Amino acid sequence: MDHGTVIEATKAVVTLDVALPGIIWGWMITLNMWAKSIGTGVILVGAFLLHRHKKEEMPSLRWLMPLISFIALNVFLLFTLVDLHQPLRMVNIFLHPHWTSAITVGAWMASLFTGLITLMALIGAADKFPDFARHNGFAKALRSKSELYEKVFPFVVFLAFPVTMYTAIIMAQSSARELWAAPAELIQMLLAAFMVGSASLILISGKWSKEAKRDLAMILALSVMFSFLMYMGEYFFSYKAAEVEATLAYVHSGGAYNVQFWTAMVLGYIIPFFVAFGSLKEENRVLMKFAAVTTLIGLYLAKSVWLEIPQMIPLS
Amino acid sequence: MKLGFLVDLNLCMGCKGCEIACKVENEVPLSSWRLRVKYIDIGTFPDTSRSFTPLRCNHCENAPCERICPVSALHYLDNGIVNVDSSRCIGCAGCMMACPYGAIYMDPESNTADKCTYCAHRIESGMMPACVVACPVEANIFGDVEDETSHISRYIMEHQGSVQVRKPEKHTNPKHFYVGGGNQTLNPLAHERIEGYGLFNNITHLDTLGDPHHSILDRFLTPIFGGHNDHLKNESFLDMPNDASHESHKKEGGHH
Repeated sequence: MDHGTVIEATKAVVTLDVALPGIIWGWMITLNMWAKSIGTGVILVGAFLLHRHKKEEMPSLRWLMPLISFIALNVFLLFTLVDLHQPLRMVNIFLHPHWTSAITVGAWMASLFTGLITLMALIGAADKFPDFARHNGFAKALRSKSELYEKVFPFVVFLAFPVTMYTAIIMAQSSARELWAAPAELIQMLLAAFMVGSASLILISGKWSKEAKRDLAMILALSVMFSFLMYMGEYFFSYKAAEVEATLAYVHSGGAYNVQFWTAMVLGYIIPFFVAFGSLKEENRVLMKFAAVTTLIGLYLAKSVWLEIPQMIPLS
Repeated sequence: MKLGFLVDLNLCMGCKGCEIACKVENEVPLSSWRLRVKYIDIGTFPDTSRSFTPLRCNHCENAPCERICPVSALHYLDNGIVNVDSSRCIGCAGCMMACPYGAIYMDPESNTADKCTYCAHRIESGMMPACVVACPVEANIFGDVEDETSHISRYIMEHQGSVQVRKPEKHTNPKHFYVGGGNQTLNPLAHERIEGYGLFNNITHLDTLGDPHHSILDRFLTPIFGGHNDHLKNESFLDMPNDASHESHKKEGGHH
């Protein structure tokens, strides 16, 4: 700032203080949330599709759905661990759990969820590759317990909801960051799961029936539309406390996160909505895959903005 | 018993004695502070004033940091102090996200969360917190807020109407009070950090939090490639050459 500028008489200026911590939860936590949304989203969307259509219409779903979820959940767990300053003490969450903490409850639920998904992924793979199962004792044993997949699945679907949404509770408990404490965050987490869940399944839905693909397009169109409307409602129309207003200044015109926020909105919400909406009438596979990829990128960018901006304002 | 703190900002002269005493007593590492005194200038020349605000953990009765801590590393003591068990902390930084007062830091040496404990170790031995002892004007007042006869309780009663807490809207019920404060001193959004007006320029945010090489990958890679900031630890400064004729000392214009 030019020293010749006169500061308003009402403004107070900090003339001596320590450096602020800045971004504490950075890209690893963004990646963690994004991957978890995929891990739970493919299960939720997959369950919806299995409820509406016959398995034969979606030949790869039975083994690819838990496999995608398994990979995404392991990315989520890995980066949760890597982000800890004392990663080897992660075990304390299980040995000394503090149940008022959403981090604790979430870690337990996510671990159980990942365990069940692992079982489903193994059974699904063993059933998919019977030749391998013939030569491998473990795979053979899994095949013999194939019915476990169907028995476990309802519990997994039920568990997918709280596993998706508990991060919103962590954010609500982060009471220093008012932007996250909005109740809309719970629904945003759920919509994010449906967005990237449908986007991930679109990428593997090449040989699926038209009806199943149309349902995927519908889920993507609806979830991005509602999520976008919630962002816009929160951004433009809601009442904002002073701290939230100061936080959102970072995405206003000229703000440090302005470009990233609107890029996220275009890639993750606007493009997928129009493409998916158009695909309801006439399917265009290439465009749908493009929309699926932009959804995945856009959601990561949006989550990154929403995670970082409240950490930029001084708390004391 | 509920221990509390009160700072009379009318008395504080910004000497930072409390800050130094805290650093020394608790061996707070470089780049970290349990207690700091912030200088804020208000007004336009020639009608200006400077205020000094000591900032530390508020030891809230309804502490968000305690609630979010997944392993109870942050816990209440019977006397109301919100204490930290660094041997249990997993370093998730949830408490740093939850504390509305920015009072928690990640210790770069232990890689665990830490904060002011009202010098719980001194209290246990019947001593006052180090910052209270160091304050030359007795601006720091410490005691049992549930005891009507204590100094702090009487001070609060005598200054009814001008006793404030930071961010009461957060419903944390802090046990840290201020007398003589105002919106501009206690509300961080009511003052600006303008580059060029502070004593230290271009250092508004820390580059890293805690040890930058804290991750589990580093733990595997460090024995091979090195990486931990051992040279930045306080102990390492003891091994540094303390010779006045040291080359860098001469370069920087030091005297023999």
